[in-house]
Amino acid sequence: MTGRAQPLIVGAGPAGIRAAQALVAVGLRPLVVDEAPACGGQIYRQRPVPDGRSAKSLYGSEAGKAQALHGAFHALAGHIDYWPQALLWNLRDGDADIAVAGENRRVAYDGLILATGATDRILPVPGWTLPGVFTLGGSQVALKAQGCAIGSRVVFAGTGPLLYLVAWQYMKAGVEVAAVLDAAPFSAKFAMLRGLPLFPAIVLRGMRFVAELKLRGVALHSGVGGVRIEGTREVSGVAWRSGGREHRIACDGVGYGLTLRSETQASDLAGCTFRFDERDRAWLPQRDAAGRSSVAGVYLAGDGAGIAGADAAERAGERAALALCEDRGLPVSPERAARLERELARIDRFRDVLEAAFPFPAHWAGGIADDTLLCRCEEISAGEAREAMGRYGIVELNRLKAVSRVGMGRCQGRICGGAAAELLAAETGQGIGSVGRLRSQAPLKPVPLVLQPAVRDRETAA
Amino acid sequence: MPLLHRIVRKDHAAIAFTLDGRACEGRAGDTLLTAILSHAGAVRLSEFSGQPRAGFCQMGACQDCWVTLAGGERLRACTTPLAAGMSVVTGSGIAS
Amino acid sequence: MSQRLDVDVAIIGGGLVGSSAALALRGMGLSVALLDKGFCGAQASGVNYGGVRRQGRPRKQLPLSQRAHAVWPRLAALIGIDGEFIRSGHLKLARGEAEMAALEAYAADVADLDLGLELIGHNDLRERFPWIEGDITGASLCAGDGHANPRLVSAGFASAARRAGAHVLENTAVTGATRNGTGFAIEAGEGTAIRAAALVNSAGAWAGPFAESFGEPVPVSRIYPSMVVTEPLAPIMTVNTGMEGRGIYARQVERGNCVVGGERGLPLPDADFSRPTGDGALAIMNRAAGLFPAMRHAQAIRFWTGTEAAMPDGNPVIGPSGTTPGLFHAFGFTGAGFQIAPGVGEVLAELVRDGATPTPIEALSIARFAKPSSTSDRTADGSGAARPSEPQHRGNLS
Repeated sequence: MTGRAQPLIVGAGPAGIRAAQALVAVGLRPLVVDEAPACGGQIYRQRPVPDGRSAKSLYGSEAGKAQALHGAFHALAGHIDYWPQALLWNLRDGDADIAVAGENRRVAYDGLILATGATDRILPVPGWTLPGVFTLGGSQVALKAQGCAIGSRVVFAGTGPLLYLVAWQYMKAGVEVAAVLDAAPFSAKFAMLRGLPLFPAIVLRGMRFVAELKLRGVALHSGVGGVRIEGTREVSGVAWRSGGREHRIACDGVGYGLTLRSETQASDLAGCTFRFDERDRAWLPQRDAAGRSSVAGVYLAGDGAGIAGADAAERAGERAALALCEDRGLPVSPERAARLERELARIDRFRDVLEAAFPFPAHWAGGIADDTLLCRCEEISAGEAREAMGRYGIVELNRLKAVSRVGMGRCQGRICGGAAAELLAAETGQGIGSVGRLRSQAPLKPVPLVLQPAVRDRETAA
Repeated sequence: MPLLHRIVRKDHAAIAFTLDGRACEGRAGDTLLTAILSHAGAVRLSEFSGQPRAGFCQMGACQDCWVTLAGGERLRACTTPLAAGMSVVTGSGIAS
Repeated sequence: MSQRLDVDVAIIGGGLVGSSAALALRGMGLSVALLDKGFCGAQASGVNYGGVRRQGRPRKQLPLSQRAHAVWPRLAALIGIDGEFIRSGHLKLARGEAEMAALEAYAADVADLDLGLELIGHNDLRERFPWIEGDITGASLCAGDGHANPRLVSAGFASAARRAGAHVLENTAVTGATRNGTGFAIEAGEGTAIRAAALVNSAGAWAGPFAESFGEPVPVSRIYPSMVVTEPLAPIMTVNTGMEGRGIYARQVERGNCVVGGERGLPLPDADFSRPTGDGALAIMNRAAGLFPAMRHAQAIRFWTGTEAAMPDGNPVIGPSGTTPGLFHAFGFTGAGFQIAPGVGEVLAELVRDGATPTPIEALSIARFAKPSSTSDRTADGSGAARPSEPQHRGNLS
């Protein structure tokens, strides 16, 4: 380490784990900070305690990958510093502020790998804030990490690979799945055939989920629109439109999500240049094929810099770590680096297939009813947002936030920011790439007002 | 009406907590969110509309499940492990 | 996009000063072009603390401040929204006898100006404001002061000016402004050319180069007041609170969020933007928890800073140019522009129309920075030779 500060890795999911492993392999000792109590990220999240379920039952066909990642991270013990349940809330000039157990630790890092992951992408529908409505990811966390179902009779709605996966997992766990409602038209699924030569196993697995759901009598509807979640204090059912007809089904739980969105706030604070990504319909931090951002010493890996999935995250995490090593003049296998980049490019081509099969229903945005909440933190309705756009002549997202409070609450626009951008684009007739992006500010998530500076300020660990 | 339905860990060690004064039991391995929603249909009421909320993302992103303990401490329920003796106050009777 | 405009008045800077001037000028029937390099109200006017405070201002600002005081309760009629203005009162706390003596001296100094200041002793303070803790000696209350939402008020004036017929040109940076015959020629954005009989320089932190281009260099520096906002809390604060000895100021909005300031942020590589520092935010947070025990368990959910123009003497530059007929300046509010700005807008409109205003503003003239040409000595620092690194000013920010 020759007196240099530690590399800092933010996130201990697939990308963060592989990055840490690659840094340790060349003799570096990174600090890994992660909000979760145990490694794995959201996709390979671990249960807090054993509960009798096997890895196979928890992670399905991905059990081997999950176990390999958990094992790899455990093997790094003693070679890395690891702060679980630690929140990175500020980045500035090579310093990170990290809240751990009510105190603030200031870390001077030398090399930063951001592996911040993703959460569900949402467009508001009537009733989406009712108790019993969770994101698809949240529905999966309840089942996987807590061994709980979000209802006794559950509807899954939205689109994306996660829609069918979570429905299938609930069905396998013995929960009644009342229906699966896919915003994508049935014909879109033929795009998956184009994915067969790329990743046949993934395509076939998806087809198996659908077949098994059908076999068990789960109603599968494609091309749905007008989704409304019904109930007053709790979920009582879901109504929707498909095939030219109105439908309604009773349920007490709803899993909802429209594919994923990247967690980019930390890369914004790190000063990274952003570009608009047409496929993700989102502003993403620029990165080269190796994961270098526009800022020297800041590297980006995994879904936090663009949605590509867990397999890509593992490779991108390792590749970003190799880039950090290259930039420090440490020995790196060029063959390994090139191979990782080839595999990432292949996965990227498959992402185009998935996007065609599960297109984001952007056309829903213009139709969000005025009385539907747009921002669930501040409880600002779509109508109030539209009124603010008209009154103040708003054409830009940060200005919409300033005058309407949309995106100003506890979640800082994580949940509603994308939807607000879609609504603003629809209302003003601009392209989604023209309405701007919410500027991130510290704290990246809520921090206690009483946050004492740590007595022990970190020294270089090596 | 409990919102969450346990599939496993039904016989794990009990952890006592209270919800608006009512004695409740969670199970070892519970988050505070799981423990509350195993007894109630919501964790809080919105400050603005008074409508019930029960969390949304369950992964610390949406900030929908902040709850208050009797001593005033504020906790994000989905990322907080249940601890014995926690006294959750919703002030709303949503636990009944 | 090329366009030509011929107007009575062009205003550089769509902050609260420029927007309120635009609205007032439209009310007089003059044609107006309001230019902003970004969005109106997106800089200091929209991201300040939101204090609507006369108390603590230097005496030379108070006639203007009193004039603005009359505008605030009329916002709904003037711009269509009340801007969340609350006449909560402003309480200035003293820690120690010296600070209390300073509050008493201030109250005596401005006694003739009808601010309605009330000095409050320790025990009385405890009884009336039990939510304030700590070693507070006493306080001064200005019941007529309050607070408002800067994001709404600044945008509200700009959109009201637009509705009143002003040409509001956003994302249109002024690249050149020159005296030309009987008026001004202004080049802006990509191909916007404006001819105006009068020109207002209300460009805030960006005002210095415009003044200098008309032969009036001024020592404008930049400050970045930095705020922390909590999640919505049950009602705690009944007044807008500040400290005679500075370091913290706080208010609670009707929705429950507490806004606390008292430190400065730092500019980003693009110095037009800034962010709070971690240390500054932590300091404000810990001070707030100490002074207001009911906030002790709160979560901070949002920080912000804004880029604000500061003058070395803490007073703004307001009034006619000393070199150029038809040019008027209004900038450099040094962290205390929000309350006073609607009054400044009215004064600017009068200056443009009448060449004079009944509100005394002579002490704020740009002439105070003019160097007597006979004693002008050439230094490496030019006009900023005497500029202190941090502007000195009295009282709270905004």
